[in-house]
Amino acid sequence: MARFLANRWISLALVAALIVLPGLILPSSYYFRVGALVFISALAVIGLNLLLGFAGQVSLGHAGFVGIGAYAVAILPARFDVPVLLAVPAGMVLSALVAFVIGRPILRLKGHFLAVATLGFGVLVAMVLANEVGWTGGPDGMSVKRLEIFGERIRQPRDWYWISGTLLLIGMAIAQNLLASPTGRALRALHDSEIAARVAGVDVARIKVTVFVISAVYASVAGSCLALLNGHVTPDAAGFLQSVEMVTMVVLGGMGSLFGSIIGAAFLVILPQALTLFHEYEHLMLGILIILIMIFLRDGIVPTLHRLLMERRS
Amino acid sequence: MMKTFTGIAASLALLGASAANAQDIKIGAVLSVTGPASFLGEPEEKTLKMYVDEINAKGGVKGKKLQLVVYDDGGDANKARTFATRLIEEDKVVAMVGGTTTGTSMAMGPAFDDAQVPFISLAGAVVIVEPVKKYVFKTPHTDRMACEKIFEDMKKRGFTKIGMISGTDGFGKSMRDECVKVNAKFGIEILGEETYGPRDTDMTPQLTNLRAKAGMQAVINPGFGQGPAIVTRNYKQLGINLPLYQSHGVASKQFIELAGEAANGVRLPAAALLVADILPDSDPQKPVALAYKKKFEEATKQPVSTFGGHAYDGLMILVGAIERAGGADSKKIRDEIEKTKGFMGTAGIFNMSATDHMGLELSAFKMLEIKNGNWALAD
Repeated sequence: MARFLANRWISLALVAALIVLPGLILPSSYYFRVGALVFISALAVIGLNLLLGFAGQVSLGHAGFVGIGAYAVAILPARFDVPVLLAVPAGMVLSALVAFVIGRPILRLKGHFLAVATLGFGVLVAMVLANEVGWTGGPDGMSVKRLEIFGERIRQPRDWYWISGTLLLIGMAIAQNLLASPTGRALRALHDSEIAARVAGVDVARIKVTVFVISAVYASVAGSCLALLNGHVTPDAAGFLQSVEMVTMVVLGGMGSLFGSIIGAAFLVILPQALTLFHEYEHLMLGILIILIMIFLRDGIVPTLHRLLMERRS
Repeated sequence: MMKTFTGIAASLALLGASAANAQDIKIGAVLSVTGPASFLGEPEEKTLKMYVDEINAKGGVKGKKLQLVVYDDGGDANKARTFATRLIEEDKVVAMVGGTTTGTSMAMGPAFDDAQVPFISLAGAVVIVEPVKKYVFKTPHTDRMACEKIFEDMKKRGFTKIGMISGTDGFGKSMRDECVKVNAKFGIEILGEETYGPRDTDMTPQLTNLRAKAGMQAVINPGFGQGPAIVTRNYKQLGINLPLYQSHGVASKQFIELAGEAANGVRLPAAALLVADILPDSDPQKPVALAYKKKFEEATKQPVSTFGGHAYDGLMILVGAIERAGGADSKKIRDEIEKTKGFMGTAGIFNMSATDHMGLELSAFKMLEIKNGNWALAD
């Protein structure tokens, strides 16, 4: 099973199955919407996992990039008549540029200092989005033009389920490719020991900025998808709580596990929906579950289960 | 992993199926019961539950019991949208009363409009019903009305040149924007404008700036939370003698406590509910406001808030519409909501129409003056 999961094609096929099979049986657009939200979050979380789980660099402001992606598809079509399909790559370029410019100085910091600096970035984006009323509609947000392909308006959750599922699959494949490349090995070296990586000839500063930019682009695409799915954006998309939720998804699913990113996202998106059964106690239940997972599955859901499976084998 | 997923899917499915009698009329509510807007969402939830229970105890609507489905969005527009979809698709509600903040209401609006399910929002901003969306209504006054009420009072007192200091929070900013849209209509000129952040603790510099403008006759302060209380105190400390107008955003006893002595003489527009006790007996709003206030305070042991009142208004408008529609047909209910005429709610008299999905007039606001640390009617 372990070797089975390690094979790139097989784990991709597994993700594809997880997208396609529920897609065939889900009964209503509510389920499709929840599914689409899982895939969109998972996409952003995979990006963050590259940074946090593989390169070992903390970011508490990643929702800032989600916000940039979301508002790119909101503002560009509404104020500059840019076609929606062009606004998505525009958001990606913008996020990449921002990540590149701030990445260089910020990623020199380590540990808590890096956490605080990225946190500051996220809060800054949320503040700009909330305050530039003329551009962003302020704290109440603005509506987003629907995506049109061949004259068809794409707004059904079912359509977005398949679109975001496809994007997730592509994102997963790119991330796997990256990890199998020399850059990926340099990333893991960085995670284990920065000094050792430097000694081994890894350009640490460049690698850090590269992965920061990549993870920002993932978040940006996720943000654009979210905005187009909802047809409305508010600055909470870039808020601090959102950043924290993303980090929680990475840690719950398992740092350094791409598959874990999907599980972590699925867990935190689906569970609050299921827990409404408990009405007033839903937050309590959610908290208890997360604490229990952190105690008993300390490395995150996927890596721990993976290890248990291996131990039983041997 | 697949097992967890199917497990969760199964429990979700169960959730949908568990709900009671097919004969019941299901109404939904997505409210911000927790999170930063909980001070709005909590009284709304309590009010809805309390009155749905009361209506059911009296035999329901047209012999059918109401069933209320409440979801908490925590103030997050994205979650609100998901719950809205769930209400429509899974719970199959006939209508919804909810949407605590403007952000969540705007996010949910299109979902209800698409599904042709009536949605009565409890949030303030005018953009919710302007331009009119066929299935979206709202019950609270708008910030534009608050501006108009204040300007009307200023005009009556002969003030034409004023200063404005506003908070940069959502409420303050939205109201400020509405005020600068309507001031010209009342022949009022805004000589100077200042702003402050929601967490600022001293507004003396801004007020000193405003004071320096020649010919100023009054000052208006759109804002929310503690900011306006600090403005009021600084205003007094600086010895500015011009009349100060606050917004309906601070129409709570807490504001008077925070601002202390300095609050005396401040004028602000507010819903009749706050001053139900001192309304003249001739006021047609008095019985409704008093009855709601009494019931809410007895049941919750908390002072009444206008926000819960908006939920009461929304629920009663909906119940009236269901009665007139004679059943649980969403489209008919929508038509009847739009035909609501002369309904006396806690916020005033509602007269909805095809072009006005709120239906309140300026008279719904009362101009109050704070005297000796208590509310008094100004006119």
